Amino acid sequence: MSTELTFSQIEKYAGVKTAAAGGRADILATMKTAGMRGRGGAGFPVSVKWNLAAAATGPDKFIVCNADEGEPGTFKDRLILSEYADIVFDGMTIAAIAVGAAKGILYLRGEYVYLLNDLEAVLARRREDGMLGQNAAGREGFDFDIDIRMGSGAYVCGEETALIESLEGNRGEPRNRPPFPVDTGYRGRPTVVNNVETLAWAACIFAKGAEWFNGLGTEKSVGLKLLSISGDCANPGVYEFPLGVSIADVLTAVGAENSKAVQVGGASGLCIPACQFDRKIAFEDVATGGSVIVFGADRDMLDVVDNFMEFFVEESCGQCTPCREGNEKLLEGVQMLAAGKCSMKYLKELCSLGKTMQVASKCGLGQSSPNAFLSVVEHFSDEILGRTEGSNA
Amino acid sequence: MTDNINDSDRAPKAQRGQVIDKPDGVDAIGAQITITIDDNEIKVPMGTTILEAAKTAGIHIPTLCHHEDLCVAGVCRVCVVEVEGQRALQASCAYPITSPLNIKTHTPQVRRARRHVIDLLLSKHYGECYACFRNNNCELQSLAKEYGVDFFRFGHPEKPMFEKDHSSYSVVRDMNKCVLCRRCVRTCIDLQEVGVLEAANRSNETTIETFQDRPLGDVVCINCGQCINRCPTGALTANDPTDEVWAAIDDPKKHVTLQTAPSPRAGIGECFGLEPGTPMTFEMNTAVRQCGFDKVFDTNFTADLTIIEEGTELLLRLYKALVEKDETVALPQFTSCSPGWVKFIEHFYPEMLPNMSSAKSPQQMFGALIKTFYAEHHGIDPADIVSVALMPCSAKKFECNRPEMTDSGYKDVDYGLTTRELAKMISEAGIHLPDMPKGDFDAPFGEATGSGVIFGATGGVMEAALRTVIELVCGVKVEDLFEHANILPIRGFEGARMVELPIENVGPVPAVLQSLVPSWDWLKGATLKVGVCHGTANAKKVLDDIKAGGAFSECHFIEFMACPGGCLGGGGQPIPTTPEIRQARAKAIYAEDEAYGIRKSHENPVVWELYEKFLTDGPCGHISHKLLHTTYTARGKYL
Amino acid sequence: MLVTNRNILDQELQVLIDKCGSDRTALMPALQAVQRKYGFVTDFAMQKIADVLGIHPVEVHGVVSFYSFLSEKPLGRFVIRLCQTISCDMAGKDRIASQLENELGIKFGETTTDKTFTLEWANCIGLCDQGPALLVNDILWTKVTPQRVLEIIEECRARLSPHAIQGQEEHLV
Repeated sequence: MSTELTFSQIEKYAGVKTAAAGGRADILATMKTAGMRGRGGAGFPVSVKWNLAAAATGPDKFIVCNADEGEPGTFKDRLILSEYADIVFDGMTIAAIAVGAAKGILYLRGEYVYLLNDLEAVLARRREDGMLGQNAAGREGFDFDIDIRMGSGAYVCGEETALIESLEGNRGEPRNRPPFPVDTGYRGRPTVVNNVETLAWAACIFAKGAEWFNGLGTEKSVGLKLLSISGDCANPGVYEFPLGVSIADVLTAVGAENSKAVQVGGASGLCIPACQFDRKIAFEDVATGGSVIVFGADRDMLDVVDNFMEFFVEESCGQCTPCREGNEKLLEGVQMLAAGKCSMKYLKELCSLGKTMQVASKCGLGQSSPNAFLSVVEHFSDEILGRTEGSNA
Repeated sequence: MTDNINDSDRAPKAQRGQVIDKPDGVDAIGAQITITIDDNEIKVPMGTTILEAAKTAGIHIPTLCHHEDLCVAGVCRVCVVEVEGQRALQASCAYPITSPLNIKTHTPQVRRARRHVIDLLLSKHYGECYACFRNNNCELQSLAKEYGVDFFRFGHPEKPMFEKDHSSYSVVRDMNKCVLCRRCVRTCIDLQEVGVLEAANRSNETTIETFQDRPLGDVVCINCGQCINRCPTGALTANDPTDEVWAAIDDPKKHVTLQTAPSPRAGIGECFGLEPGTPMTFEMNTAVRQCGFDKVFDTNFTADLTIIEEGTELLLRLYKALVEKDETVALPQFTSCSPGWVKFIEHFYPEMLPNMSSAKSPQQMFGALIKTFYAEHHGIDPADIVSVALMPCSAKKFECNRPEMTDSGYKDVDYGLTTRELAKMISEAGIHLPDMPKGDFDAPFGEATGSGVIFGATGGVMEAALRTVIELVCGVKVEDLFEHANILPIRGFEGARMVELPIENVGPVPAVLQSLVPSWDWLKGATLKVGVCHGTANAKKVLDDIKAGGAFSECHFIEFMACPGGCLGGGGQPIPTTPEIRQARAKAIYAEDEAYGIRKSHENPVVWELYEKFLTDGPCGHISHKLLHTTYTARGKYL
Repeated sequence: MLVTNRNILDQELQVLIDKCGSDRTALMPALQAVQRKYGFVTDFAMQKIADVLGIHPVEVHGVVSFYSFLSEKPLGRFVIRLCQTISCDMAGKDRIASQLENELGIKFGETTTDKTFTLEWANCIGLCDQGPALLVNDILWTKVTPQRVLEIIEECRARLSPHAIQGQEEHLV
């Protein structure tokens, strides 16, 4: 089940042709006008990222499409890549013209290996059509090609510097930042890492115009956003909304009016209780890379947070102390709560630890992994405290 | 005159795959940035880390995974600070300053985070502080004290999770104490390029492992022990034979000898609270006698002997190559004193083993002599001799256990002690080393020279060799060429360096070598090219350079030391080690050299006496070949 | 591994290096290819790859042990990875897991003695709207019910029949 996506109205190559007809400066200006922020979750302004990479000197620059979609509850990139791959490659090509890159890499998560052959076929066709290779897209002197590289089952590789480490043949361990990838990325060269959806919207912006995109959404969060919606709802699937949509409106659209809570942003996101369903999905309110998981009235929120913490305990890269050890402590805490053996004092200690993890972890994984724990403790303390062993709330 | 490939005091890269570029339009060398740390305004050069900047402002930031010798990691998160305008805390060790910052180093949030990190580390650290050799010398223990840890907030392991790995003769691994700071990994892979230790698995199952988690004794470890020196806790230690040594001392039938290498004397004071670089040579002689050792010998004696043997071998190789035009002669000749280096080449460059000097290390030469020459002349049954060697080195423990090191008919050296272990024995005997009166070395090997002493510093073997070659071949005094016979161009801490020495004139061939070489005329007008290299990462570069026909392939003789700084930075030396500490030890060693009456190996009268009485067919003769030379094993790197 | 197999691996790696380059960036593609063909990365393959790429075998070990889809131990011909993350969990993955264990007689993390099946948990495989979901090697199964578990296993077994595997020999490159 999905809404009709804007992507289905976009002709392949259309965005690239518009972009290629202008120059690098035009592309950067258009992106500035469009005002898009990254769709992967962090929400960094795309035009700033492209500008930084464009300003860097030297010939070897890279455009990396982050298709390591691993956030629990997110599957929009799978849909985009299986149905609108051309638009993603269009976006990569536009980014390459803008920053002056000769090489694009699609980092596809290992779990999506079944998409590989089709994607390779799309790339082959694009080469035949002159959209890749020497003088790509009919642009004199623009040599650009795209490789697909596979991940091998590591959530943390969705973090851009971990992704680069993985591309370089290392353990997927996030780097210290600064320096940032736009300055020192793949092979030490300026590298733009953008999410699949970001690049697809970039292609749409050139096909439909920056003003069109900028006119949608809210002042601080412009444009459209795909949401992957799953959990306790009648019609799970990928939906398109303008940013700023309220959680209540989203729930109505998917047939989940009587929900208890919604996890927005996946395991690393926030748990929003029913009383806050008027909140908006936008960078200024509840930000998300696109995951919306609905919890029905009967769900045990401790089970939910247990599942999330198990996820992080398995997926932390293990290099920094707060994330490696902290997630384990939080999971133990959840299990103590489930067994009715957690004192209020220790729970406070764990919440304090969670806050430390949010600021002291090396990368976004550890900085966001306590979110679910902290928001469930905040909103559902009634439900999670004072259990007796073996019973649910 | 020198050719610096890489200064091994710094890791090869700032962070693997990560280079800090200077922003456009800024000349990083000259640019100064004004920052504020805890309300102090200071100027620092562009690219300085917050940690370094704080240090210059006299502000202490605690660290754990940071080490001056190693590349940045930023993983322990103990050193986090607040940077104004940033939501998250930043690891000060990993944050290069490229713009004006306002930094706070001890806000409530920072203190809470550090305390949490320490609590979390302790929740996994199976530390029995009182039963740990790093007790009172442990960085985790110090941090716990600094942050007032008075209870285990997140628990504490009650039982060990991992079995100790005792498989190596040199290094013991106890992963129960590991805090995953990865200093050992960066030491092993980046600093030394040996590649034995690496993080394996992920998340809370992350461990530091060898290839497929095999026992350390079965992998390509060269036993250099640099990981031990950089481990903040007791997870890595040397294989400690002090119980066996005490047992031998306590056994009245045993005649226990101790030979002492130069570097421990320059370092052992640190174990007794003295400043690095306080020499303790003669105090130590008294102390070890009080401990119960029967004799204390100076390994410098066999260092002098090494110069004669290895130098003769070099001259013979050159003669064969240059005069007899024997193309099978392998040049440059490599020194063989450093057992870590020996195992490195056996594993990684076995095809270059013909370049190795066949001369044993001074330790093993001494071992062979003690149980033959010394036993004979003193009427002691060699079976009753327990020969102990005090070395700055963990690889010496492996070396003395090599099966080929039994040329005396016995195990030539029974036990290798590190500086740390002897310090422990001295303490155990109730002795405060700095208070000891001075004592001399025992005869018959008492006499040694300054050349032997400087074996402890990188370049020392080469300097000693040059002092002898210049005088024996050129027929001039070293002092005529170099002030005070200090061959300064060969000294220093550059990772790899070359020196050229033109031989303008030659003198007569000394009597003892006349049977080997008729004259030096063939060397007249030649230029002797020598190289010096320390740290196996630099050794790798030099060997690759030789294979590629680069500058080092034109050398005649190259000194290799496995450890950064040479033996004074050895894996058996007191912990910690830093570039400053190594420099202080080097200073002590060169000062001791200058204090010697005899500065050149070939002027050591006891060496010539030994050739007269015992090694009667001279340097590189049959007897010396049997006792003082060895062979190597092409081990390869595949397991 | 037999010496002949080593020779084959040498040749295959050479082809791969020609395609991906001989520096460390070729490591993941090389490991993925070996994993795909042999079902695991042998100790010899790790050392050989390290040698060819100029890195240390222990670094390859570090990488292989980091990624869930790379293994140093032989896995079954079919690796069944059942998603355990929240949406599939709420959709009833526990019952699927139990049925899989019953049908195969092994627990998760184990391999059948005939080396045909391995059961593993996967974290979110991006099929949250169609859970419970699982992957059998590269093949997707969605909206799995306990009743369909046997169907999944039988289809795997059918692919192993002599007729089915003809012409399916896998190549590293």
